[in-house]
Amino acid sequence: MATAVRSRIRTLKIDGRDVSAREDETILELAEENGIFIPTLCRIEGLSLVGACRLCLVEVAGMNKLVPACLTYATEGMEVFTDSERLRNYRRMILELLFSEGNHICAICVSNGKCELQALAQRLGMDHVRFANLQQERLVDMTHERFVVDRNRCILCARCVRVCDEIEWAHTWDIKGRGVDARVITDLDTPWGESDTCTSCGKCVRVCPVGAIVEKGRAVGEMAKRHDFLPHLAKMREAKK
Amino acid sequence: MSKAPSKVTVATVWLDGCSGCHMSLLDMDERLIEIAKAVDIVYSPLVDRKTKDYPEMVDVAIVEGAISSSEDIEKIHMIRAHSRILVALGDCAVAGNVPTMRNPYLVKDIESRAYIENVNVQPQVPDQVVPKLLPFVRPIHEVVPVDVFVQGCPPSADTIYFVLSELVAGRTPDLTQRTRPGA
Repeated sequence: MATAVRSRIRTLKIDGRDVSAREDETILELAEENGIFIPTLCRIEGLSLVGACRLCLVEVAGMNKLVPACLTYATEGMEVFTDSERLRNYRRMILELLFSEGNHICAICVSNGKCELQALAQRLGMDHVRFANLQQERLVDMTHERFVVDRNRCILCARCVRVCDEIEWAHTWDIKGRGVDARVITDLDTPWGESDTCTSCGKCVRVCPVGAIVEKGRAVGEMAKRHDFLPHLAKMREAKK
Repeated sequence: MSKAPSKVTVATVWLDGCSGCHMSLLDMDERLIEIAKAVDIVYSPLVDRKTKDYPEMVDVAIVEGAISSSEDIEKIHMIRAHSRILVALGDCAVAGNVPTMRNPYLVKDIESRAYIENVNVQPQVPDQVVPKLLPFVRPIHEVVPVDVFVQGCPPSADTIYFVLSELVAGRTPDLTQRTRPGA
């Protein structure tokens, strides 16, 4: 007697297109697979998903609230919309709020021209920021021998926290405080240069999407970053567990 | 000297910026000649002004620089009132940019640094002629409405040429894929 085989494939619609997904696939992955652009800043291949930046919010038919594409799995018969006036407005507003929280002066940043936030602002057509800058005091830590953290440029994507914990297994980075008071910290909010957990591996520098965690001695526009090592290392770590 | 009445009147203004945006405007090279056929520069730090004061009404005001002083506030209100289209040219005008780097500090500390600590002769904070600094440097659109935002530090000559060409043709330039902050 044949037993019913549970299908691991889901069929659904994205922007009116019929697509099929594995049951463990997120909307964001599925969209990318099908050449549909959904913006994101916190998601990075090889690290866990946190839904911190909210830029990948999408609409799902039958749901009132918007859902983050990076954390929403494909279900049978689902209808997803990735591009609407409402989503464009929210995405632009999120970007503008990020710009208004800190110091994102591209012209004087080591990551100018190599920054994911800047690239996204251009791609999403953010020609100015409607919100006044919060003029917050955020500390720059230059105590580390090779690296700098400029919290004024941080967008709290938590990539540094995740790569340090999940790949390097050092867990030097964390986030302290809530809302506009949230800051990335090293150890127990002690100077990075005095950290006894930091291995100086530099992975946090590589994954930081902006000019917040950078190498010392870089001038404007010089801080190119590569994080193509990440998926491979993530697999090795997974195998070790 | 006959002046074609159909020419678009343009004013350019320099607030708290480095004049780099005006330099980039000049960097249009020979295209300036083409532009000059369609526009009449009626007020600008780049030319001998035909009028000492800002004209009653200009078609396009191109403003470089952020709002940093009491004088900037007065000027930008005056410009807005006497201009049909206001263009914020460059990152200082659009976002504050480099001049905003003084925002974390108190004005009195900045003045003290500039006029007292680093001065050998007659250290004193000026109380006349030099305009009063505002507590914070702000982008133009936080003070008056802006019609066109041209990002870049400075925006390239190509970008400025595109902006002017579009405005002369009566269109609103779409700059989203042509420039970016820090470009």
